This record gives sequence, structure tokens and C-alpha cells, in this order.
Amino acid sequence: MDIQSCVEVKNEWGIVAARQAGRDLSRQIGFGSVDQARITTAISELARNIYLYAKRGEIRLELVEKPSKLGIIKGIRVIAKDDGPGIQDIRQVMVDGFTTSSGLGAGLPGVKRLMDEFTIDSEIGVGTTITATKWAQVRGHVR
Amino acid sequence: MRIPILKLNQYLLISIQIELDDQTALQFQEDLLEKIHEEGSKGVVIDLTSVDMIDSFIAKVLGDVVDMSNLMGARVVLTGIRPAVAITLIDMGIKLEGVSTALDLEQGLASLQQELEG
Repeated sequence: MDIQSCVEVKNEWGIVAARQAGRDLSRQIGFGSVDQARITTAISELARNIYLYAKRGEIRLELVEKPSKLGIIKGIRVIAKDDGPGIQDIRQVMVDGFTTSSGLGAGLPGVKRLMDEFTIDSEIGVGTTITATKWAQVRGHVR
Repeated sequence: MRIPILKLNQYLLISIQIELDDQTALQFQEDLLEKIHEEGSKGVVIDLTSVDMIDSFIAKVLGDVVDMSNLMGARVVLTGIRPAVAITLIDMGIKLEGVSTALDLEQGLASLQQELEG
């Protein structure tokens, strides 16, 4: 798998840069405007989490493919990785309205709803990796 | 980066045409409240036609701007929210309750006029 882009997030500009990279790649892959907005927003939430809770980390964007009945489906995979403090209670952060910062608490559950696949891998004192994938032309998936 | 705030009679008009980073959003919040205070404005239209992404932080800042302006006695209408942005906000579970919205700048101004001038 060749990496399409990797943005270092260590300040607010990193959040903007990650968003722009996501917007560009999702447009290139051929996502419609609604999915472009979903992907860009998800990246923004993940990048802000890195900046808020881990201070620094990276957002990696990969072009992924999978076979289907209709042929090859393209997708975008967002990998948000940091060496921060880790998430104490993953179940808790996935509850709508839960927040430890000044946000709306829509962050991670919101990202999960915006994307098709979502996994969190976190270890206390080691760091957190969140992987979220959006497939082009997947219809009728459960949000 | 500063977002320009235009004065039109007793109203203030803002069109956000840049990629909103957190600092710019917070600076805008402060600038707008100062301007409302200075000009004694009764109504504000914030046009979001050019904004193609609103995440939870930006949504919170916008909601706060509306609440803060209301506290000062100025009504705020958000206009021009794109379909993709509206869909994403609802997907995220962000409702912006109690915030007045209109389809475009023209309708936003009309609704302010109706409310403030009767």
C-alpha cells in the first residue's frame, strides 16, 4: 500500500493542513461533495483530538481498494496516530455528549458515524491509533 | 487572518471566505462582539456559502457567537449553509439549537428586517 500523504499535527495549522490533504485526496478519488465534507470533517475531529490530548502526532491518508460485485471499490483510509497518554476508557469516549475538552462531545462518535469503518487502538502511556475508512459508492450501510 | 465585518445601516454582514482555523474562529468571535458594541448593531448576518466544512469545534464557536450576540441584544442569522455541511452536521449529531438560519444572504436580511422593524 503506498501512502498518499502524511501530515504532522503539532499545532492548529496541522489541523488545517490535514483537512486540506483529506479534501484533495477525496476529490481525486471521486467522492461526491457530501462524502468529501464527511471525510474532511472526520479528519478535522481526529487531528484536533491529537492536538488537544497528545500535543503531537500524525494523520496518514491512504488510498485503499477492495473488490466487489460491481468491480473495484476505492476508498480513503485515515490513520490518526499519536504517542500521547492514551484513552483511559474507550467505551466512555464513544458515548455521545462525553467530552473532556471544550467541544460538543460529538468528536469520536461523530467520526464513527461519518465513516464506514472505524477502529480505536489505544494503550495507556503508549499512544492511540484511530483508523477510519470511507468507501466510495457504498450505499445503504448502517450508520 | 482576520475575517472582515461589513456594516450595512444597523446591520453587520460577514461572509466567511477562508479556511477556518481555530484561532481565526476565536478571533472572529471577539471582533464581532466588539463591532456590535461599537456600532450598536441590532442584527448580524453570517454567511457560510463558501464554508465547505464545519466540525464540532467550529460549530461550537458559531453557536457561542450567536448566544453571545443575543446577550448583547443583537440577533444573528446564519445563512448559506451548504447541503453537504448540513448533512455532515446532522450525521455528527450537532443541532445548533436556537440558532436562526436562512437559505441565503437576501433571506437572512429579510428575516432580520421583519423581526426588528416589524
